[in-house]
This record gives sequence, structure tokens and C-alpha cells, in this order.
Amino acid sequence: MAEPEAAVETAEAPKKPVDPDFEPEIIVFACHYCAYAAADLAGSMRLQYPSNIRMIKLPCTGKLEVIHLLRAIEAGADGVYAAGCLEGECHYLKGNLWARKRVNHVKELLAELGIEPERVEIYNMSSAMGAKFAEVATEFTQRIKELGPNPVRREGVSPHAAAREALGGVAMPDEADSSAATAEEGSAE
Amino acid sequence: MITAERKPLDEILELVGDKKKILVAGCDTCVAICLTGGEKEAEILASELRILAEKDGRAVEVEHTAAIRQCEWEYLDMIAEKVEAADVVLSLACGIGIQSLAEKFAPQLVMPAVNTNMLGMPQEHAVWLERCVACGECRIGLTGGICPVVRCSKSLMNGPCGGSHDGLCEVTTPEKEEIECAWALIWERLKAQGREELMFTERPPKNWSKSSSGGPRKMVREEAKPV
Repeated sequence: MAEPEAAVETAEAPKKPVDPDFEPEIIVFACHYCAYAAADLAGSMRLQYPSNIRMIKLPCTGKLEVIHLLRAIEAGADGVYAAGCLEGECHYLKGNLWARKRVNHVKELLAELGIEPERVEIYNMSSAMGAKFAEVATEFTQRIKELGPNPVRREGVSPHAAAREALGGVAMPDEADSSAATAEEGSAE
Repeated sequence: MITAERKPLDEILELVGDKKKILVAGCDTCVAICLTGGEKEAEILASELRILAEKDGRAVEVEHTAAIRQCEWEYLDMIAEKVEAADVVLSLACGIGIQSLAEKFAPQLVMPAVNTNMLGMPQEHAVWLERCVACGECRIGLTGGICPVVRCSKSLMNGPCGGSHDGLCEVTTPEKEEIECAWALIWERLKAQGREELMFTERPPKNWSKSSSGGPRKMVREEAKPV
């Protein structure tokens, strides 16, 4: 599988030993049309992938803005990635291409802040690529384990909640949320 | 519109110094349209400053806000509370906005987070080209609607220099891109308009005292002043 190109080259840092107890918290901004469905498929296929990732569903990765990625890092997320449709296959034509530019810009901002740009990434996959979803989740989690914790750790702050809050109405309810909403509606009747 | 570019982070940090309470103030007019200093960009800079402080273990408080226009007193009233509560204000507005903010809330520390760079025309999304330097005496009526002051590298007022070749200027941009010769463009435009004779018309020298060379300028519209 081809790795997406990183926009920013960083100096080779000496490799730190991986802390076996470090469980990174990773935020995934997943497109409703591809990666989110690919995650479902990975589940149906009973594929194993790390439980470190927390997903936020978007109508398109094109809705993702620089501040959304930064807010996740600011709230202490150890890694953040966007998972959008294959290039050329975006449901909204170019949303994933916009997202790639923004992710690359955030890499530049992080480098300026002295934080490893590799903590943010973008991947492309189709809804039929359950195996790729699991592979990307595994590979990215391993990358972040090697990088170690985000130097911005904030006690009592949930990166997932902060990223969701930053997105406001852009984030779509995930399956658990929507079933809860349905239950509430049901009880109201 | 007025365009600006954000200063490098190191320079911004130096301007902020050891101040603890920082307000990043955007402006939602020109600099928002050129994607440099609107509310979105103010939020991004504020987030960057918080990340850096957290990473370096410094306790600072960074907030962001934006005025609809930082260059108008009325709009500054709307952000007054936040400005007054800060130790330092980092303004992402153009030079006019930054100075208005600094003047209205003097002696509050107001620092520029951008370099105002030009009066630019958006050629396409995210690309701006300089089209005016506000010289105070517009001559483009004689030059086919093309300004030689800004588009000729030497601001020549009476035709091209010897460095014009194949429609290009001998100077290149700082990015090493070629520059079109303004006078070649003017000649072609005047020909298309059937007004080539304008190239041979004698013109009085331009009055540069109406530009910034004549000292700070002031404009008053008596008929519009409040009674």
C-alpha cells in the first residue's frame, strides 16, 4: 500500500525506545461515504485493528478545516488522521483533495511549533476496503507509538470531545449516538 | 483589496514576549478575504500559541476574537472588553486596522501579527496581484487601464526602458517569476482601443507629492461630515 506523501520533511530524529505501556489516543476524521463504511466492513469481516482510534464521521473530508486538526492536537490527541475517498472518487468531487492540502498545511504548522508533523496524516480508501481501513489504523497507531505521547497533554480533556466540539454541526452522529437519539425519540412518544 | 501575510511564528513570539494574557484579534474584511487575518485565522493562531505554551509548560491564556472591521471605531467598541482585559493584543488586521486598535485603546499593547503587503487583485482563488499603490494621482485613463506606477518595475511614466524584451521585463519577482512589461501591455491595449496616439502625447510630470512621498495624507468630505 502506498503511503501518502508527507509535505514536510523532518530531520531524522534519534529513535526513542517505544514505551510498551503507551496507548496513544488517535482521532480519525472519517468520510461517511468511504472510510466510515470501510470501518463497518472491517468489523463485519472480523478484522482486528487497535482500539486506540476514535472516529468522527464527516459528510466529506472536504469539511475538515485546519482548526479542527489543531484543536485535536491542542486537546492532547497523540495522532490525528483524515480518511477520505480514493483520489478521483470523492462523492463531492474534490473534497478529499482539499483535505490533503489542509492536512499538509497543518503538518507545516506543527513543524513550526516543534511538534512532529507525522502526528497528522491523510489516507484514502473506498467503502469496500475494510482490510485497508484495519491496515491503516494499525500502521498509524504503530507510527504514533514510536513517536511517543503528544508533548501537549492536558489532564481531564478529551481530544475526541474537543475535536467534535470544534467541528460543531459538521460532525455527523455516529451509530451509537444515532441509536441513542432514536431511543430518546421513542421514549418521548 | 488590502492584502497581508502572517509573520513568522518566531517574530510573533518575540513581539508577545512574556505576556500572560494574549488576545488574537482578527479583522473580518480585507484580511479575511485574503485568508490571512479573519476570525478563522485568528482562531488558528490562538490555537498554535496555546499548543506552544502547553508544550513548553508556560501558563498563558490565549483568546481570539474578530472585529467586522478593525479600521472603524464603531466596530472596535464591539471587542473593547476583550481588548482591555488582555496584556497584549496580536492584531491580524492590515496596518490601518492595527493602528486604529492601538490608537483607540492606547496605551494598550497592540502588536502586528501580519505584514500588510499590497493593494491586490484576486486573480484566481488564493492568488493576488498588486494593482495599485494609492499614489494619489491616477493616470490609467491615459494608459489603457494599466497602471505603470505599480506594474512597471521602475514605475516609468513615459514608455518602456531598454530592459523590455518580447513583452517581458528584465526584472523578475522575488519568486523568480517573469513580469510582463507594463508598457508593452499598455501599447497593446491602446492599439486594441485605437488610441495609440496617447503614447506620443506629451504629459506633464506626475505630482508625487500626492503620494506618500508628500507626508501623511488626509481626506475630508465636508458635505458628508456630521452636523
